Amino acid sequence: MYGASDLRKGLKIEIDGAPYVITEFNFVKPGKGQALYNCKLKNMITGATMTKTYRSNDKMDKPELAERTLRFSYPDGDHMVFLDENYEQVSISNSVLGRLRHFLVEDISVDVLFHNGQPIEVTLPNFVEKEIIVTEPGAKGNTATNVLKPAQIEGGYEIQVPLFVNQGDIVRMDTRTGEYVDRVRR
Amino acid sequence: MFTTPGDIQTPVTKIMLQPYIKTRSKLLGAIRHFFEERDFLEVETPVRIPVPAIELHIDAESSGEMYLRTSPELHMKRLLADGAERIFQMGPCFRRGEKGMLHNPEYTMLEWYRVNADYTDMILDTKALIAAILKEVSGKTSFVFHGTEVQTMPVWECMSISDVFMQHAGWNPCLNFDPDRFDVDLVEKIEPSLPKDRPVILKDYPAELAALAKLKDGCPNIAERWELYICGIELANAFTELVDPVEQRNRFEHCLSQRALLGKDQYEIDERFIEALEKGIPPCGGVALGVDRLLMLMMDLFSVSEVRML
Repeated sequence: MYGASDLRKGLKIEIDGAPYVITEFNFVKPGKGQALYNCKLKNMITGATMTKTYRSNDKMDKPELAERTLRFSYPDGDHMVFLDENYEQVSISNSVLGRLRHFLVEDISVDVLFHNGQPIEVTLPNFVEKEIIVTEPGAKGNTATNVLKPAQIEGGYEIQVPLFVNQGDIVRMDTRTGEYVDRVRR
Repeated sequence: MFTTPGDIQTPVTKIMLQPYIKTRSKLLGAIRHFFEERDFLEVETPVRIPVPAIELHIDAESSGEMYLRTSPELHMKRLLADGAERIFQMGPCFRRGEKGMLHNPEYTMLEWYRVNADYTDMILDTKALIAAILKEVSGKTSFVFHGTEVQTMPVWECMSISDVFMQHAGWNPCLNFDPDRFDVDLVEKIEPSLPKDRPVILKDYPAELAALAKLKDGCPNIAERWELYICGIELANAFTELVDPVEQRNRFEHCLSQRALLGKDQYEIDERFIEALEKGIPPCGGVALGVDRLLMLMMDLFSVSEVRML
C-alpha cells in the first residue's frame, strides 16, 4: 500500500484492478481545510485519463508490475511469439503491440511490462532497420529529403520516404514515431 | 564616501536580477501607500512565538522551544485591545508541510484589522486595495492571467457558500456539515466553476470552518467569513472577528480535541490573547491576503515558487 506522502508524478498505483500512472500531481489546501493531493492519472492499459483527489490519510494499492526482456521469434495469427531467457515462449496479442508489431525484426530484444502476469506494454529499441518492399522507382539524383512518397516495409506497413529511396533499400525507422529516419544501404 | 547610483557599474547583476524582485518591491510599496493614506498603523509583531493560533488543519513549524507564527492574527488583535484602531502588517508566516503550486512552507502574508467594521466593510477595503495596487504597479485596472483579462473594477460578485454548493455540488454544507466532503467538493467542483475574468467572493461559511470568526446573528450555523478568489485562486480570507473570550476559549478547546482525534500536535491556548479579549476588543473586521499569490497573479506565473528566492 502507498500513502498520500508517497504520491508523486510517475508513481504507479492500482485502482479497481487496473494499473494507473500519475501524470500530474499537485498539493492543494483550501483555506482552513485539509491538505489534499490532486492527481491526473493515466490507465496503463487503455490510456484513458482521469483526475482524482486524495486525502492525507488515504491509502492506494500498489499494482503488481514486472518488467522482462524478451526476444521476438515469429508471428502467429493475431499474436506474436517471443522467447524469454530460458527459451520459454511468451505470446503477446497484436492489440497490446498496436503499431509496434510492424517494427519487429527477428531476434530483436523488447522490454515488456506485465501486470498480474499479463503483458500490458511493450517497448522496442528506438530504431529498427526494415526493408522497403514496395515503392515508386526513385528519382535518380534527387537527394531532397523534404519531398516524400509512400512506401511499404516488410509486413505491409506504409510509411513516407524521400524520393531517392528505392524498393529493396534498407531504411532506419524510429519506433516511437513510426517514421522514416534515414537510408542505411541500397 | 558614498557613490551615487550612476557611478556603480554592475551590468552582470542587473541582467541576473529576476523581474519579480522589482515588482515585489513596487507591490509592497503600493500596499504601504494604500494603508498610510487611510491612517493605518504599520505594526511588526513577533515571528517566533510561544504558542501558535489553534486551527484544525494548520500545523506550526517549531523553532527551539517556540514556534514560528502561522499568522500574526492573535498578536494583532492584542494591539486592538490596547487601543489600536487600524493596523496592518506584512511579513513572513510559516506552515509546516504545505508545498505546492500555490503553497510554500514560508510565505508573505498581509493582514489588516480595523475596529467598528464587519466582514462586509472588509470587502470594500480589499477591492480598493487591489485597485490601488494595480494602479501603482502597472497603471492599469486589469491584468492578464493565463490568457484571460481580469477586470478588477466592476462590482465584485458575492456568492454564499450555501448557494454555490447547492448549484455545483448538490448539497448545503451550512445545514449538514461534512468536513471531508466539503474540502473535496470545494476543490473538485466549486473552485473550477468560479469565473476567471473577475474577482469573486464566497461568503458565509459553515460555523465549523471559522475558529476565529463571529457567527451570524440569528444563524448559529453560519460564520461571518469570506474568501476572495481571483482567477479561481484563493487570495484572501476575512472575518467579522470573534471578540467574545468565553466563546473563543470554547472554540480553541473544541479545535484541540479534534486535533487530538486526528493525531495532530497539541498546542496550548494563548492566554495573553484570551486576556486581551477579556479586557475588550471593539467589533472589528480583519483580512489576511497572500502576497506571493497576488504577485504570481499579477506577473502571470504558475507557481508561488517563481516569486520567491530559493
